[in-house]
Amino acid sequence: MTHTKDTLSPGAIGRRRAATLPEQPPQLWKSVKPKKAYDVVIVGGGGHGLATAYYLAKNHGLSNIAVIEKGWLAGGNTARNTTIIRSNYLWDESGAIYEHSLKLWETLEEDLGYEMFFSQRGVLTLAHSVSDLRSKRRNFYANALNGIDSEWLTPEEVKKLVPIINISPDVRYPVLGATYQPRGGIAKHDWVAWGYAKAASDLGVDIIQGTEVTGFDIRNNKVEGVHTSQGSIAAGKVGLVAAGHSSILANLAGFSIPIQSRPLQALVSPLLEQVLDTVVMSGAVHVYVSQAHKGELVMGAGTDAFNSYAQRGGFHVIEHQLASALELFPIFSRAQVLRTWGGIVDIAPDASPIIGLTPVENLFINTGWGTGGFKATPGSGWVMAHTIANGTPHELNKPFALERFVTGHLIDEHGAAGVAH
Amino acid sequence: MLNIPCPYCGLRNETEFHYGAEAGVGYPDPNTLSDSEWAKYLHIRANPKGWLPERWVHFAGCGRWFNLWRNTVTHEIGPAYLPFTTQPKAPDPDSNRDRMEGAKA
Repeated sequence: MTHTKDTLSPGAIGRRRAATLPEQPPQLWKSVKPKKAYDVVIVGGGGHGLATAYYLAKNHGLSNIAVIEKGWLAGGNTARNTTIIRSNYLWDESGAIYEHSLKLWETLEEDLGYEMFFSQRGVLTLAHSVSDLRSKRRNFYANALNGIDSEWLTPEEVKKLVPIINISPDVRYPVLGATYQPRGGIAKHDWVAWGYAKAASDLGVDIIQGTEVTGFDIRNNKVEGVHTSQGSIAAGKVGLVAAGHSSILANLAGFSIPIQSRPLQALVSPLLEQVLDTVVMSGAVHVYVSQAHKGELVMGAGTDAFNSYAQRGGFHVIEHQLASALELFPIFSRAQVLRTWGGIVDIAPDASPIIGLTPVENLFINTGWGTGGFKATPGSGWVMAHTIANGTPHELNKPFALERFVTGHLIDEHGAAGVAH
Repeated sequence: MLNIPCPYCGLRNETEFHYGAEAGVGYPDPNTLSDSEWAKYLHIRANPKGWLPERWVHFAGCGRWFNLWRNTVTHEIGPAYLPFTTQPKAPDPDSNRDRMEGAKA
């Protein structure tokens, strides 16, 4: 009787498999224990926090920096989003910061020396009603004035670009037109975080995971360190880049911010043949979808109605999203939902970020990216690093200060961005 | 999906309700406030990790507003109460879990 694989013990099978698997790649960033003191401590090891640390080191020559992450690197919204990248926002302030970010994306793989499947496959934003049409046209003209690439497409031109889309006039939400940003696209989100982490680590940044910030050492209204689950760490400056948990951290530091934390869900299908090579968004019917390189359809749903920190949302929100998606893409009716998940997004009253100084000296905040922060990762890190290094905001994030809620100079991107932000 | 106890209609699905954020925020006299106090009234609402008293409106039922304790981490539902009445205390997490288990059975 011959021995088959089945007669081997599980351990032996495991050892045999291990011998045939490729070697584990070397760690991309060094695992370190926190030092007693840093020049800058960044709270939050998502894309924005890592990018902030990277640009602090690269653009401003600082190296004594720590990024402190409660969970694991990029375990929050960074790797839970639908990876859409674009810059076609309505207002000048938003256009400027998102376009700066998009320009950074265009050379990011070379800059970080790390592949991230950045693909400028174009982003379509559909209009479904007369008022929707008007607001999208307005957005299209605003983009043209700001030098942001944007085209206006008729339903027939939409169909030509995305043949699987249903442009029948007799559906509940017919496609009446669309804006198209050819330079928009997608990237592989976890690789973005890893690329920034590796590049920051190579420049001497300490990345400390599994460590929760539990309080701040504030004397004479000046931050001098953070208390963490691994003990106290002194810090010259502290940057809060904690997305959905920003309110909690701000309260620990003694001030309030106008942020509400809500679940935002997304889902993927199993791997399918490539049928969609453009990102399609529709704020009006809550659909945003692209097809990843491997072949899964990646779709975003809307936010749940209520505040939550649970990183999960209601299934009826997914159901609503899929109903709209099926009307738009009848071919998807044969696809299955493989997996759904949620992240906790930080929503400001005007759906724009808050980046800048706080009431506490040397304590800086970057929050409020809400449902659309992934696309801003490079630009957000760039201006946050400038703000921390110089103690004053960069030209691009000046309008996004916390004070705008007192002065009334809000940057209302609800209309332009909708939920598909 | 949450099951929300409307004080007027009883337990109904979340999709019959709209959310109104933090409950018990009084309307101040704008003439007596500084700009930053007014900004605080307009824009700052509680965003805690845990029990939150919040407003809901049963738009697909009686159409009336009420207040409700809800936990933002576990999504447990606490007691509902009417506006302008005494706010019940924040539920004790464990006793509330028992109550919810009982409600399901």
